[in-house]
Amino acid sequence: MAKRETPEVNSGSMADIAFLLLIYWLLTTTMDVDTGIARQLPPIPDKTDITEVDINKRNIFIVLINSENLLSVNGTTRKIEDLRDLTKEFVKSNPDDPSMPELESVYIDKLNKRIDVGKGVISLQNDRGTTYGTYIMVQNELVAAVNELRDEAAYEHFGKRNFEALDEDQKEAVRKIVPQRISEAEPKNIGGK
Amino acid sequence: MSKFGNRKKKSVGAIGTSSLPDVVFMILFFFMATTSMREVELRVDLKSSDLPQATEIKKLEKKSLVSYIYVGRPLDQYQTMYGTEPRIQLNSAFAELTDIYEYILAEREMRDEAERPFMTTSLKVHKDTKMGIVTDIKQELRKASALKINYSARHDI
Repeated sequence: MAKRETPEVNSGSMADIAFLLLIYWLLTTTMDVDTGIARQLPPIPDKTDITEVDINKRNIFIVLINSENLLSVNGTTRKIEDLRDLTKEFVKSNPDDPSMPELESVYIDKLNKRIDVGKGVISLQNDRGTTYGTYIMVQNELVAAVNELRDEAAYEHFGKRNFEALDEDQKEAVRKIVPQRISEAEPKNIGGK
Repeated sequence: MSKFGNRKKKSVGAIGTSSLPDVVFMILFFFMATTSMREVELRVDLKSSDLPQATEIKKLEKKSLVSYIYVGRPLDQYQTMYGTEPRIQLNSAFAELTDIYEYILAEREMRDEAERPFMTTSLKVHKDTKMGIVTDIKQELRKASALKINYSARHDI
């Protein structure tokens, strides 16, 4: 039996097929990367161990957003633009200012010395009527303030230009020097709907 | 001025197109590797421009460990049934606040036990929503002990 020659498969339309697949993929997928502000919620407290933690007044930084999206910091009305500087001022250790949070000396093993760290806690409260956009703006400012201080600490103690340039151990040390203590109050309804 | 006139006409051969499929396949594989499939069909009005803006954002890594909760006004075609007030969407259906607990448990059940501590809940909320509903969702998440959350936001330009 004579061997029949197999004809060459025409590959001219291969490009068209590939284009079709490509276009299908482009239409069904989303390009955008998911980004957002990461937060950790506090666990629900056990009924048995609710204890009133007595925090000195100078150690709390009360940020309140009302249902009109107005901001108040420690009782005075403030603009959102000023919040970052106010927060930085609060979180930074201020040794001589009696109105700023108390200091606590923390041993940092990475640096092998003790550093004074402010004991301040930021307390964020919002109303049920607050707009989500405003709430995120305020959260963002608070996180930004802490991040800026961490960048400064990274430069001061490790000589790196920012926090992200540090390795894991150094990051841990900077996290101890500039703690991010943001507490959110248990929800309550103040300003009505 | 004959410099321009007596140029010899060279015939240019046709450009080979045999490698065109390879090029296109390469683009295709690039897209397949860098993108993800659309997860759910949105029933609430939530374009990416409706998310709040922020500067201190982080990328959500490990998409397989993320569960999504969408909040916003129902789209026009659902408004006759579900009204115009912001609603919660889980998977591709509208849900009540009390469904969140079940949803989180079901999501957790689907994941490998070793990966469960790293699960994150991404809140995709329209920026004009009132915080009341968000606070309620957060309380439900705390009850389900899904404490790692991510407020979805886009980059502030």
